[in-house]
Amino acid sequence: MSGPKYPGFDTLALHAGQSPDPATGARAVPIYQTTSYVFRDSEHAASLFNMERAGHVYSRISNPTVAVLEERVAALEGGVGAIATASGQAALHLAIATLMGAGGHIVASAALYGGSHNLLGYTLRRFGVETTFVNPRDLVAWRGAIRPETQLLFGETLGNPGLDVLDLPKVSEIAHEAKVPLLVDSTFTTPYLMKPFELGADLLYHSATKFLSGHGTVIGGVLVDSGRFDWEASGKFPTLTAPYDGFHGMDFEEESGTRAFLLRTRREGLRDFGPCMAPMTAFQILQGIETLHLRMPRHVENTRKVVQFLVPHPMIEAVLYPELASHPDHALAKKLLPRGCGSVFSFNMKGGREAGRRFIEALRVFSHLANVGDAKSLVIHPATTTHYRMTEADLKKAGITTGTVRLSVGLEDPEDLIDDLSRGLHAAEKGR
Amino acid sequence: MELSVGGRKAYAYNAGRAPDSARPSVVFVHGAGLDHSFWGLQSRYFAYHGRNVLSLDLPGRGRSEGPPLPAIEAMADWVIALLDAARLQRASVIGKSMGSLVALECAARYPLRVERIALVGTAFPMRVSKAFLDAAKDNEPVAHDMHTIWGHAPQVPLGGNPNPGMWMYGDTLARLARLAPGVLYNDLKACNEYAGGGEAAAKVKCPALFILGQRDQMTSPKAGQAFAQLVPGSRVVQIAPSGHSMTAESPDATLDALIGFLRA
Repeated sequence: MSGPKYPGFDTLALHAGQSPDPATGARAVPIYQTTSYVFRDSEHAASLFNMERAGHVYSRISNPTVAVLEERVAALEGGVGAIATASGQAALHLAIATLMGAGGHIVASAALYGGSHNLLGYTLRRFGVETTFVNPRDLVAWRGAIRPETQLLFGETLGNPGLDVLDLPKVSEIAHEAKVPLLVDSTFTTPYLMKPFELGADLLYHSATKFLSGHGTVIGGVLVDSGRFDWEASGKFPTLTAPYDGFHGMDFEEESGTRAFLLRTRREGLRDFGPCMAPMTAFQILQGIETLHLRMPRHVENTRKVVQFLVPHPMIEAVLYPELASHPDHALAKKLLPRGCGSVFSFNMKGGREAGRRFIEALRVFSHLANVGDAKSLVIHPATTTHYRMTEADLKKAGITTGTVRLSVGLEDPEDLIDDLSRGLHAAEKGR
Repeated sequence: MELSVGGRKAYAYNAGRAPDSARPSVVFVHGAGLDHSFWGLQSRYFAYHGRNVLSLDLPGRGRSEGPPLPAIEAMADWVIALLDAARLQRASVIGKSMGSLVALECAARYPLRVERIALVGTAFPMRVSKAFLDAAKDNEPVAHDMHTIWGHAPQVPLGGNPNPGMWMYGDTLARLARLAPGVLYNDLKACNEYAGGGEAAAKVKCPALFILGQRDQMTSPKAGQAFAQLVPGSRVVQIAPSGHSMTAESPDATLDALIGFLRA
């Protein structure tokens, strides 16, 4: 008997979750474009509804194509399983709604995607869930913000848009001391650059719209559970450890142990809130994931060349990329992100808002739009777009100035990218 | 439900349905390093189909207190003590891997208490490699890797999980990560050192079913077949695509085999 060996990342990216279709022999993942699934008989129907048998009932709850994506991402992340959602925002909401209700409290990094900040700071507050935002680098602040009713710590593996590197081992330690899980948004790093569960996170999600899909064609999210957090021992999660009248009095932790969180998320969250992923979307994200291990190194390589060009440019005040020694998280990034710090980063231009406008409007290869993680290079001005609802104080907390520009470096010829940026910076400089 | 065995808390999943002595009973016994949730779908089915279900956590794992029991025979005695605590006179006992040896011992030692036995993913002798034992003894992570990789059919990491959205390897690793140090070694050692299988098999008077995975890398179907021949009148069901974790790899086929056996 030979020693145990797991399939490598590249193999899982291509195969995990799917064997050739038993009905047709199709090698590619079939798109099961169906709402529902015929029961063998009444007994079979009842046992599927009551979780006595595995299988699909209705595509809002599960779908064979979507299930391949879920299993594949879980395999790449080293989780027990995953749930695909209509968007990354839906994944975040589903995670929170599964863990807590009114009266719950979250401690979150202040350096978040604007949509996440909005959800936590305003929308969830209306439903009785409060959030305290802290500087992600301030470990004392993380610990100090925890209250008796705190049920979650939350941050981004790489903060948006300043690329604050979340100190996952230390923040997860703080979370676990308080008997609460750490949830991270792993969108910018993908499992190719970082495996958050290996660093202490308990739950993670992706906006699969970004690098997982990789081509700017679909909106989707994936929520993954490590299965390592002991909900019963924590004593803070009645949604997982007390009988639930909404599902035959089921105590999800008792029923399924390591799978409790995902079970409730699927059986309540997807059932009642309905943020499911369409099978065609799952198929397109799967196509992206099949080349993730090829695209991410090239994204990083191109980004390094662009960063090298920008750093000495006279129109640039600062480049916020953790691989630079000037970045406050440089040492941490070397430890947690040895394969690179991704391809989304920001820089601050001289000349403020007006220079930023001229720069963006002069670009020809970079597309001005509200997305990241596309194969094509993208650019945006956060203060007037993704983060425009934030106050000046919150912008400052998130490390954003009126001159901050965010780039998502794609897979084009890096020389063309540098030429394009050079053109933009020249236009910005001319107007000064 | 919580019970007390030997003055310690003993837990058995019953799908929230209290035992009724008028109904037939089924006891599920998990394998090495696992707990009651391994039988999730199957135990829930029988609880909702007219049977008392006790899907137990052996001592020292899950929700049952106490040090892990060091031998298969002691585990069998504990299972019968659990039946006593639940005030159930007789039950069918279904065990997987290590649990299958416990089921066999229950039938041999307590013939009046055991109606039927089903042995899932089994072999006798149930040898465990020295490398696996040593790694478990030292609480090395590679022991969990061995348990996970050898505990499933070779196609599992690349194939589809019948349970939508779940990754079997990840689930097994997460279960093992929750174990107290030493429990896995205790269980593997108990399997490896169990010598009474031949004698116990000859004493079995009740109907017996062997459910074997054709791609089982831990207890080969060939060894399982040979074991079945030691139990008089036993039947064998082979599950074609399954490895050692057939309740997860082939949950419906495993359940159907059990339904047919318990209804017969």
